[in-house]
Amino acid sequence: MKIKSLDPRVTRSNIDEDTQEGILNPLDHFETYEVFEQRKRGIHHVHVGSVHAPSAEMAVVFAKEQYTRRGQCVNLWVVKTSDVFVTEYEDSDIFETTVNKKYREPDAYKVIDRINAFKERNAKQNA
Amino acid sequence: MEFTEKHVMGLKDLLYKMADDLLILGHRNSEWTGLGPILEEDIAFSSMAQDKMGQSLALYEILHELGESDPDTVAFTRNDHQFHCSQLVELPIGEYDFSLVRHFFYDHADAIRFDMLADTVVEPLQMVAKKFRGEIKYHTMHANTWLKQLAQGSEEARLRMQSAINETFPFALGMFEPSEYEAELIEAGIFQGEEALKNQWLETVVPLLESYGYTVPDASTVTPIFGGRKGVHTEYLQPLLDEMTEVFRIDPAAEW
Repeated sequence: MKIKSLDPRVTRSNIDEDTQEGILNPLDHFETYEVFEQRKRGIHHVHVGSVHAPSAEMAVVFAKEQYTRRGQCVNLWVVKTSDVFVTEYEDSDIFETTVNKKYREPDAYKVIDRINAFKERNAKQNA
Repeated sequence: MEFTEKHVMGLKDLLYKMADDLLILGHRNSEWTGLGPILEEDIAFSSMAQDKMGQSLALYEILHELGESDPDTVAFTRNDHQFHCSQLVELPIGEYDFSLVRHFFYDHADAIRFDMLADTVVEPLQMVAKKFRGEIKYHTMHANTWLKQLAQGSEEARLRMQSAINETFPFALGMFEPSEYEAELIEAGIFQGEEALKNQWLETVVPLLESYGYTVPDASTVTPIFGGRKGVHTEYLQPLLDEMTEVFRIDPAAEW
């Protein structure tokens, strides 16, 4: 039996209903590349997603259509996902800040009082 | 310079063949939508097919300004013998090797033709040629990348691509079928002519394909498959038109 479909392209392809051809194994894919787009010259590239591709050149060609069609883009980077060195989630406690380090934050500086005083003076003058 | 009737006829003929090529190939390539080899390529190829539709519309609009019917009527109500597309673009999509080779051959010709028309004396055509420059550059980049990639792939990939190149080449040369108005188009500064286009195209595609490791048939020994520009088509064009216009024909007056 051949596959019959409402889509004429499928019907005229004469595909056997029990075909095994073209069925991929779950891991039978190209590797992935991470895509970074730059929306204006001089600003940072921003991660926008990933694509499957057999080479960096193909990854750029695919990334252009996947990620830049609806917005401004002036430059693209692609990087093999496997080349990105990542931290482990179980180590995410390295990013925590302890409570008694408040003095390291900008609002702990003495100058904040003078800035606030300046703002207050200005507000009064403009009132 | 003042255009004579022959200049206008030549210009219309040029616009019709360009627009018809884009419409028919755009439709053909859209047949891959949902069936492409991988998701990313499915999206890229479909998007380029849409670009081609948009480019054909821009050219049909210029024809409309020159007194031809509106774009919908022109696109959806003609029969195959009224189309000026080359036979290359109407062939069925076949397997992906053929579709890629056709895309490579066609888009390089399209890029050079639009590049030449960036200097045409016909102002609206000049603007259209400049407008689509970036789009077309991506199309040739996409084609080049695929042809290079598959040349470096498995032996099966290289052989399939090589045989698609050999089989498609006479049809590709058919794109450059001269019109009756070549001399008028060149004389008036409308277009540099099919012969100049073909030569530039050969100077572009032959070294590229050879650099990827393919061999290219010698153009001087291949007989081009002409006819399309004069309304002589393969058996594949009319069924394509029937399918493309199916919805339009249900109610041609419908507002969309």
